[in-house]
Amino acid sequence: MATIELQNIVKRYGKAATTVQGIDLSVADGEFVVLVGPSGCGKSTTLRMIAGLEDITSGTLRIGGRIVNELEPKERNIAMVFQNYAIYPHMNVGQNIGFGLHASGLDKEAKQKRIRETAALLGLEPLLDRRPAQLSGGQRQRVAIGRAMVRDPAAFLFDEPLSNLDAQLRAQMRLEIKRLHQRLGTTTVFVTHDQIEAMTMADRIVVMRDGRILQVGTPLDLYERPVDIFTARFIGSPTINLLPGRLSHHGDGLAVELDGGGPRVPVLQAVQGTAKDAPVMVGWRPHDLVVDDGAAAAAEAVRLTGEVSVVEPLGSETLVHIDAGGSQIVASTGGKAIPKVGERISVRAPLQSLYLFDTATERALVSR
Amino acid sequence: MAASFKDARFNDVRPGKVIAWTLLFLGGVVMVTPLLFMLSTSLKPASDVYDLRLIPARPTLENYLAVFEDGRFPGWILNSLFIATVVTLSNVFFDSLVGYTLAKFKFRGRYLVFIAILSTLMIPTEMLVIPWYIMARDFGWLDSYWGIMFPGMMTAFGTFLMKQFFETVPDDFLEAARIDGLNEFQIWWRIAMPLVTPALSALAIFTFLGNWTAFIWPLIVTTSAELYTLPVGLSSFSVEQAIRWELIMTGASIATLPTLVIFIVLQRFIVRGVVKAGLKG
Ligand SMILES: Nc1ncnc2c1ncn2[C@@H]1O[C@H](COP(=O)(O)OP(=O)(O)O)[C@@H](O)[C@H]1O
Ligand SMILES: [Mg+2]
Repeated sequence: MATIELQNIVKRYGKAATTVQGIDLSVADGEFVVLVGPSGCGKSTTLRMIAGLEDITSGTLRIGGRIVNELEPKERNIAMVFQNYAIYPHMNVGQNIGFGLHASGLDKEAKQKRIRETAALLGLEPLLDRRPAQLSGGQRQRVAIGRAMVRDPAAFLFDEPLSNLDAQLRAQMRLEIKRLHQRLGTTTVFVTHDQIEAMTMADRIVVMRDGRILQVGTPLDLYERPVDIFTARFIGSPTINLLPGRLSHHGDGLAVELDGGGPRVPVLQAVQGTAKDAPVMVGWRPHDLVVDDGAAAAAEAVRLTGEVSVVEPLGSETLVHIDAGGSQIVASTGGKAIPKVGERISVRAPLQSLYLFDTATERALVSR
Repeated sequence: MAASFKDARFNDVRPGKVIAWTLLFLGGVVMVTPLLFMLSTSLKPASDVYDLRLIPARPTLENYLAVFEDGRFPGWILNSLFIATVVTLSNVFFDSLVGYTLAKFKFRGRYLVFIAILSTLMIPTEMLVIPWYIMARDFGWLDSYWGIMFPGMMTAFGTFLMKQFFETVPDDFLEAARIDGLNEFQIWWRIAMPLVTPALSALAIFTFLGNWTAFIWPLIVTTSAELYTLPVGLSSFSVEQAIRWELIMTGASIATLPTLVIFIVLQRFIVRGVVKAGLKG
């Protein structure tokens, strides 16, 4: 087990634009860190530099405190699981898992023992003699994980290992990987573009965009305190509601006048920066919006009203899409009371749960 | 009549298919007939050679005995077998080594190297024979096994074929092996090569047959009859025998049969490899 430290890591492919533009990240021993971001933002490149599959253009990479920039992948004692499994079709399950021990120097018996232990841990024992072609997608991915685990590496690297699986299997493998991590405690860097995977598995999430890190934090950190609009939109499902408006002085406080009319939204939190009278985005998470009958006076809340355009009952909750003065907002309500399409309804938007962003810089304006 | 069209086998019959099958059938007849006559003539006694029946009236193996009593054929067969085998192994090894390098390693000038290799494909053997001969003479390779073999030990076609196939091997396989601690040679030999077995069988078949039937170069580079390959031997034999068609056809049959056997054995392997690759998913 080991720590992984990236110091100002840069990657440039030939003369092309810089793919990874100076990343600083420190992964603690035993931590499960997820790199998340849209496709093409440099997640895989970063992971491959950690693995040693790509040269590092500049910066320092340490694994377990040792600088490994110039070391071959095999000298870094890491294991990697690939998106399309990369288990060898011409070897059976046992041979595939055993392949991870290729450089271990163990004798045959010790190897067999390790293979059996690993297979048992992953429920692959009955399949040891099968060929990959005879396995399901989930089983193949388990074999790939087995090959990575078998030699007890300093760190696991995963590059979108679940994206070839169907939704149900993905949820199951998510849990399995998380359990394995809790059991083995091996430092893990996991790449995905799926925010749900990131939220459910990570100790800490690293949000990337255009080759840079936007924010690092625990899943709840990112949900509650996104530093910018991108992260706020990226984390959380359904997506945060953002309404355009203008920040202005009102009495002794600040408030946002929403574009296209609607209520004035008082801002109770301290606003950072001097964005007075600037265009801003006001945000609420769908789960913070409360659908009610509109009768009760709302303390510390504003009311948004509009016409129901779509209703998505999900069982435990129902997502209500509301056309409120030209902007679409989504509210989540309990499963039972389902509004009808076309109905005018009112939602209560608590002031404490408000997010506020500068429209120009997209940075967060209130610290929550 | 109407009932026969209800037969499932005829459901799919369309005019285009009928024409295609007819053409293929005619093509097949044109290709196979000479072979059948060759075989048939080899089984006829000398007196029946001009009796053009396909099934010999009085089948006999005496031609085969006569040819083997001549004593030179086994040597020629062994020569051909040895040369074709060595050259095939060499091609399977070196063509795929170079093809793999060109497909999977990004190095400066690799495109240039590839074009240079490809461009040699445009030069016909007839034009290369003279430079080869001069080279063989200057190095003292004339009239030796190595002299027969050296021009074919690696081919541009084989390199090109293997490069194309290695490009279809996902990098993930190779990178996984790299992380598991294999060196680059082991990655090629233990991971990449097994993944392209269909291409390797195709290359082996082409190379073996090409060398088994090669005529011009072995003829030019050899002078002693003990070094003749089967085609060269056969040609000198047919000159000697002049009009003994039954013996000439026997020699030709002997030369042809191994190629059929090899094709039948390896061809099953090709089909299986392709099917397996398709199921990988
Ligand atoms: N070998 C390469 N040569 C040139 N550009 C590359 C190479 N690999 C990746 N890139 C570029 O780097 C960027 C980031 O790629 P990648 O790290 O794979 O993104 P992600 O994994 O986040 O989807 C992409 O724009 C991609 O085109
Ligand atoms: Mg990627």
